[in-house]
Amino acid sequence: MARASQRIRNGHGANALLDGFLALADDWIARATDARGLAWFRGAVDDVVHAAGDRALGIAIGLAPRRLGKADLALTAEDAARAAALRPGFDPRDWSVDQLARVALMVASHDGDNAGFAARLDNFCTTAELNELIALCRGLPIYPGAALIEPRAREAVRSGMKPVFEAVAHNNPYPGEIFTEDAWNQMVVKAIFTGSSLWPIQGLDRRANPRLARMLVALAQERWAADRPVSGELWRCVAPHADAEGVAALTHAWDTGGEKHRLAVALALWHPAGVASNLPFRDQIGPFHARLTDQNIAWRDLA
Amino acid sequence: MSTSNPPTVGNFACDAGTLEQLLGGTALTCPCCNGPLTADKLARLFDDVQRLAQQKASNGAGPSDAAPERRQAGIIIDPHAHMISRTTDDYDAMAKAGIVAVIEPAFWLGQPRTNVGSFVDYFALISGFERFRAGQLGIRHYCTIGLNPKEANNAPLAEAVLDVLPRFLAREGVVAMGELGYDEQTASEDKTLRAQIELAKEFDLPIMIHTPHRDKRAGTLRTMDVLKEHGFDPARCVIDHNNEETIREVRERGYWCGFSIYPQTKMGSERMAALVESFGPERLIVNSACDWGVSDPLAVAKTARLMAQRGVSAEAIHQVVYANALAVYGLNGEMREAHWLAPAAIDQRTLYEGNSVLRGGQTPRIEQPGRPVDELRIT
Repeated sequence: MARASQRIRNGHGANALLDGFLALADDWIARATDARGLAWFRGAVDDVVHAAGDRALGIAIGLAPRRLGKADLALTAEDAARAAALRPGFDPRDWSVDQLARVALMVASHDGDNAGFAARLDNFCTTAELNELIALCRGLPIYPGAALIEPRAREAVRSGMKPVFEAVAHNNPYPGEIFTEDAWNQMVVKAIFTGSSLWPIQGLDRRANPRLARMLVALAQERWAADRPVSGELWRCVAPHADAEGVAALTHAWDTGGEKHRLAVALALWHPAGVASNLPFRDQIGPFHARLTDQNIAWRDLA
Repeated sequence: MSTSNPPTVGNFACDAGTLEQLLGGTALTCPCCNGPLTADKLARLFDDVQRLAQQKASNGAGPSDAAPERRQAGIIIDPHAHMISRTTDDYDAMAKAGIVAVIEPAFWLGQPRTNVGSFVDYFALISGFERFRAGQLGIRHYCTIGLNPKEANNAPLAEAVLDVLPRFLAREGVVAMGELGYDEQTASEDKTLRAQIELAKEFDLPIMIHTPHRDKRAGTLRTMDVLKEHGFDPARCVIDHNNEETIREVRERGYWCGFSIYPQTKMGSERMAALVESFGPERLIVNSACDWGVSDPLAVAKTARLMAQRGVSAEAIHQVVYANALAVYGLNGEMREAHWLAPAAIDQRTLYEGNSVLRGGQTPRIEQPGRPVDELRIT
């Protein structure tokens, strides 16, 4: 809490989320590193808070893993609950200590000017080294001025580097809250296209839409034509909005898919009302639903 | 090639030099073509037989005869490779040849850049996407950052680049400043070199020196004089692209001594082997300097094999193709053996899809006679 109150004392303006996040980062970094590492982190935050330019921030973000290591934060259930209480959907359970420090340093550079912060974040992402970029993107749900940093989030989704894409797409409430339907659809289709997973994407069911369903069906058809496999996760976003072509695709997936793929189709058809009644294989789904329940099978098991 | 110094005789006692002494004036005839059987040819035959015998022994007897310190034999670091110019096939071949890590020095791109933004993007590329790309293909990628001497001659641009350098120097995966040095040895180059030596001191980074192609010896000596003037520790500095004319002074002054096995212009693999034979492996570092020109990303692996064929000891080879590079470029802690021998789970998940343990058991690509027909299928 010392850091957070110091930020406020320095006249950077109270922001409950930013201050709460910095307090949490201070606690977790104190736990994950030794006295020397912690002293470095606190000193670096102070430097960033007091610095006139971006030089101190750049150097501190670069040095974070060298000073703190790269260990997993290894958060407890209580820690995760604390994160979610601070910011709904915020899920740092697979963050490493250097990633947390990098996001905290970026957050500490906020001086009340959201547009200036967005420009600084953009500039740092433009020049970032790979691991810096992953960390900075993971901080998206914490940063102020969510709408102002949307272009940078979109850019990260366009990245050819899968871990950068996943830093935005996975375990992150930001895209589901901020992305337009087109941006959202591009992200989901790209996840399937690049062999990433859908299940860690937050808001997947809430943001399903007919256009996304059609894009995914087209992707499945393309893969089948090329004799390439299709991830069963895809049906989760198709089933709720399946048109005639969608029904035909689900049927083809059912007829040609193995056990795991049929389980995925069955799981996708669990909730959507209306669709199942149009399916020629509707009478065969029952036993698969029973298996899903009995064996407690979730989407992450079917990726 | 035989040399006046008898090569180190390890497992390969039948090298050309020894055979030449043994044969003296005796002429041997090849049993199949009746041509003269020279010491060179005889050595190659013996070497082939010896390799066959070794393969058989290692397939049958298991690893019991391998001393623990030799367990890592065959793994290679290429500490000078401009990978942004190379293909995924190159990475694949390098991984199969035993290369576990590469260092990508910042240099020019074959034609000059016209604005500082191009440098910013380049530095971001070699510490970002290229690092990712290498990891996907099973190779660890590190880089050096710096303004090269060729482009230092655009003085206003050089100023602007020097201004943005600090942003990149404390980076993860940045193991040195480089390539620094002289090209035409102009005043602008000199100014840029000196400014960057000071930056390297400030950021506690080793330096990789590019020595000029023209007036090489004088340029190399001058570079070392400037480094000394700035109080830069030679033990933290690699002077690269050496040849027979520069090796002696570079080593005597305490610098690490790099050699680029680059066709036609720099060092050749046979000359390199001869240098290791006559000078010994201390502080010598072999690299490929492969880039967009006619160059060979397997140059270090091929040179290692050539040295083995000529009888250079496995320990000496390990030193010049691996351990020496790791010693100097590992000084700031950004490049560590554990990165490829024991990658962290989080890295395997996100960045690094190689498996050094498996790779050790694969047949080096350079020994494969040709790709099987199956590989024509693209799925």
